[in-house]
Amino acid sequence: MSVEKPTNQRAWFLVLPVLCVVALSAVIPLMTVVNYSVQDILGPEQRLFVGTEWYRKVLHDPELHGALLRQLVFSGAVLAIEVPLGVVLALGMPLRGLRASVCLVLLALPLLVPWNVVGTIWQVFARSDIGLGGVLVNAIGVPYNYTARAFDAWITVLAMDVWHWTPLVTLLSYAGLQAIPPAFYQAARIDGASSWAVFRHIELPKLRGVLTIAVLLRFMDSFMIYTEPFVLTGGGPGNATTFLSQYLTRLAVGQFDLGPAAAFSLIYFLVILLFSYVFYTAMNAASARSGPR
Amino acid sequence: MAQIELRGVAHAYAGRPSSDEAYALKPLDLVWDHGRAYALLGPSGCGKTTLLNIISGLLQPTTGAVLIDGVDVTARAPEQRNIAQVFQFPVVYDTMSVFDNLAFPLRNRRVDRGEIKKRVEEVAALLELTSDLGRRASGLSADMKQTISLGRGLVRKDVAAILLDEPLTVIDPHVKWLLRRKLKQIQGELEVTLVYVTHDQVEALTLADQVVVMNGGRVVQQGTPQELFERPAHTFVGYFIGSPGMSFLPCSIEGSAAVVEGRRVPLDAGACARAHAEARASGGELLLGVRPEFVALAAEGDPSAVEVEVTAVEDLGRHLIATARLGERALKIKLPETARARAGDPLRIVFPPAWTTLYVGGRAVPREEP
Repeated sequence: MSVEKPTNQRAWFLVLPVLCVVALSAVIPLMTVVNYSVQDILGPEQRLFVGTEWYRKVLHDPELHGALLRQLVFSGAVLAIEVPLGVVLALGMPLRGLRASVCLVLLALPLLVPWNVVGTIWQVFARSDIGLGGVLVNAIGVPYNYTARAFDAWITVLAMDVWHWTPLVTLLSYAGLQAIPPAFYQAARIDGASSWAVFRHIELPKLRGVLTIAVLLRFMDSFMIYTEPFVLTGGGPGNATTFLSQYLTRLAVGQFDLGPAAAFSLIYFLVILLFSYVFYTAMNAASARSGPR
Repeated sequence: MAQIELRGVAHAYAGRPSSDEAYALKPLDLVWDHGRAYALLGPSGCGKTTLLNIISGLLQPTTGAVLIDGVDVTARAPEQRNIAQVFQFPVVYDTMSVFDNLAFPLRNRRVDRGEIKKRVEEVAALLELTSDLGRRASGLSADMKQTISLGRGLVRKDVAAILLDEPLTVIDPHVKWLLRRKLKQIQGELEVTLVYVTHDQVEALTLADQVVVMNGGRVVQQGTPQELFERPAHTFVGYFIGSPGMSFLPCSIEGSAAVVEGRRVPLDAGACARAHAEARASGGELLLGVRPEFVALAAEGDPSAVEVEVTAVEDLGRHLIATARLGERALKIKLPETARARAGDPLRIVFPPAWTTLYVGGRAVPREEP
């Protein structure tokens, strides 16, 4: 039995308002960037069409390669730390009652702090001369100075991001855990399942949906990170913590190389789109293999 | 293979209460025999699930002891009790195949591979799941998932009893019936003790050898479906079982008859005397209870006939249910299809003494000498 679908081309008019809004908010600004990326702008009235020259220049820029590599390592580390840590914290939280509320509020606090304030807090906190954290670490005998040593700067930036954003993963996972009916846990007890088996066969599969969202959000956000390392380390020491956004800003605003900066912006945008698509498809395929929930 | 015994078991969800009334499950003693099917029947919130969870060990009773085959298991965790439990909503492990689902309880108990394969295949054959063993459990229908839940209970060789907590609630009506029959058949084949919680009297009466009726945290009556229907020990049982339930009419006793709204209803003399004495002693309300099915139409000139007025008639196809007025009181009467009763008609009926019960303060007065 099949039902004939009605065809009416006038339905396209219904899409028109959305098209207008999207054009104004995204397509037109993006097109100006495309415009910059294919021209050499010498002055307001002096423009030169250069084709793909800026793209080629940017793609062969060794400094950019360095920034991209650092960015990938940073985002990878952020996901590898924050997702498991967030889930573990969610598992450890009380399910209901006053203690649950207190935990939720404490966890949500870092999420409410503005980005550049987070940078400032950590900049002071980690200082090895007057910062509480920096002084303590040195006091237990570990030499630590994030302004001078690349490794220390990395650790500090990572610690800051983990402090700032792990709560997001925790809150998402916590909501996911709350949605599991108690009968699953009771059945598992009767089946004699260990707590690892309960996690592996009940909790983790039921969390897949929220974890997909958590991974996507944390990836996109960490891949675009700018403010916090800018305030904390300024990209240093040297270029040790210069990530893509910072490099791009230096190019566009610092050196005023609008052409290469625009070309790079588009590449940057496509890279994020590509990675997000890959993550989404991979995690969706994994849940499709286990069927609808 | 087990006998289940509860000794003074009671449960309260918040600490130990000061009075018996505050318990969610009031203190209770009972013994259930090996290999029989029991149904726990009662309205929502009557404590039947609490009782079930105490037997399986998911709940620790506030007081009392649970014995399985004479061994006190009160302190044991659910997985150490050799009890299987099926829940209202089907529980399957989504990421596993049907085979792995069935094997899961055995793997957790470190049974060796060959034995697991053998047991899973046996249970799959029993439940008609053999052709689905390789499928993923997550995409299956609710009734198949519930069958798998049951299978996870049956797969353990040492299972002493299967507890089911309203297992057919989310199952489509037309499959319910099949699943219930399968369950009954399996219970018969395996001779396992079955405890079935439900609020559906049809389910309870068709499935169980013994029905345990609960209300307000108490066991009101335990008996065969026939006993519950013919000899309700409590007004609640009369009202809850049967559709429509028993009719109750306030009455007084005069000699060997009950007097309802000024009309004499002759009954068994002994029962009348006992009811009279009991009502005097306890001050409890005297009620005359009769099922719609047992009210008979009076023959011409029957001296014990009582006249009532029909106020409404429901045609249920094979028979009619008439609501009639006896003075100020209402009662239900089941009439054959051929009876042409209409609202407003007078009707002459008799209360057969053998099927009419007197209740004092809600409890039935025994018809025979106790």
